[in-house]
Amino acid sequence: MNKEIIKVENLTFEYPDQAVLKNVSFTLHKGDFLGIIGANGAGKSTLIKLILGLLKQDSGRITLFGTELSKVRSRVGYVSQKANSFNSDFPATVHEVVRANLLPLKGLFSRYTKDDEKKVDDALGLVGMTEYKNKLIGSLSGGQQQRVFIARALVSKPELLLMDEPTVGIDAASVREIMEIIEKLNKDGMTIIMTNHDTPTLLRAANKLLIFCEHGYEEFVSTADLSLERISDILAGKRVHHHG
Amino acid sequence: MDNIFSHSFMIRAFLAAVMIAVSAPCIGLPIVLKRFSAIGDAASHSALGGIAFGLLIGINPVIGAVLFSIAAVLSIEGLRKKFGTYSEIATVVIMSAGIGLTAVLSGFIENGSASINSFMFGSVVAVSDFDLIMTLVLSSLVVIVTMLLYKEIFAITFDEEAAGLCGIPVKAINFVLMLLTAVTVSVASRIVGALMISSMLVIPTAAAMLVSKSYKQTLVWSIIFAEGFTIAGLFASYYFDMRPGGTIVLIGTIVLIAAAFIRKR
Repeated sequence: MNKEIIKVENLTFEYPDQAVLKNVSFTLHKGDFLGIIGANGAGKSTLIKLILGLLKQDSGRITLFGTELSKVRSRVGYVSQKANSFNSDFPATVHEVVRANLLPLKGLFSRYTKDDEKKVDDALGLVGMTEYKNKLIGSLSGGQQQRVFIARALVSKPELLLMDEPTVGIDAASVREIMEIIEKLNKDGMTIIMTNHDTPTLLRAANKLLIFCEHGYEEFVSTADLSLERISDILAGKRVHHHG
Repeated sequence: MDNIFSHSFMIRAFLAAVMIAVSAPCIGLPIVLKRFSAIGDAASHSALGGIAFGLLIGINPVIGAVLFSIAAVLSIEGLRKKFGTYSEIATVVIMSAGIGLTAVLSGFIENGSASINSFMFGSVVAVSDFDLIMTLVLSSLVVIVTMLLYKEIFAITFDEEAAGLCGIPVKAINFVLMLLTAVTVSVASRIVGALMISSMLVIPTAAAMLVSKSYKQTLVWSIIFAEGFTIAGLFASYYFDMRPGGTIVLIGTIVLIAAAFIRKR
């Protein structure tokens, strides 16, 4: 059996005025691609933030690689919706931005080495951005910037990649390119968790699905027989047979 | 023509100013990029309060400035959380308190206006051997710490959330940046003047951002610009009998505006 990457057990989280996640549980193994679908405010981003330790759950447990996040930080990569909120006048090159994420592997006060530079080149190669290495990040298009942010997440060679709406605000051609990169990473064994409003794209790429809906959530451990109509029914609040 | 370096006070002023022109951009770059420039203003106005306090109780005013501006940045950090998304209110409140304190304390100092005046607008003749040593030590501290934390400072300046996820102690490094800002502002108040030191944090960085193609280049260019403005300002202030701080800042502003127009074309 494949190695267990992440196990979420009875995860519950409430904001002061609203319960967002109630007893959410799922397990992913090496090579799984979990898509997370749901309306705005349904808890998709909250779940990602809980896994990353940016929020603290009210109850429940998250186990990454059989241990807690602080011990495996460099094995977890994260890509957010940065291309939209990013300050385009910041004077940093693509290379400098990507290299910054090597910090989990470096000690305080340490310097970058030649090996680190190679890791940056490798990560940029994976997303096809090598030739833009010395360009200012703000001079790139939204799609190119997001590819750089994917490279930044990949530079520490993570085994689990979390992506929160990584294709928001990006043109259709770039979305296709980015999804190709992500699907290739997944094919090569990387475990991926992705939230996305683009349900058809996610349904095609993911092998597992979490759908956050009015009455909680539905887990599908296989997307093989799942149709877009059925997903729409679940999102609209209609209960369906639970495969989880 | 009279040789500028024939006077020991000018040599002291030069050494101190050249050192400040290295340390100020090291702290100015992250402060500007994090949009915290106003904190430099608040720290410098509070430093004036510390200078007045130092003059009043008879200790070196720059020591008073360091203590008061550190207290100011710590108070800003403490107050920011109380105002939520309007956290910049904390900076304005502390800056106002600094000015108020200066006004009140200077009233108790004999010949208070003249003494405070020299710290507000800077003076080359006032730099003592002790001031020079303190400037060299504290400026070196700022440069060494910012260089040792170079990659961490870049990471939190570019993206605090991602830096936190990398395990960088974001709060601790922000705290160090605030302390170094307070130290830089205080040591520079003697020559550049407390009212103008925040310009020394901002103008060289702003000019460097117009010509640089990377973060590292921006840092190098901001030091080059700061040195250029400072040396030109000191020469001009000596030969044309002008105040050094104001001259340095005006030269910087003219170069910055010219560079912005040239770049636009």
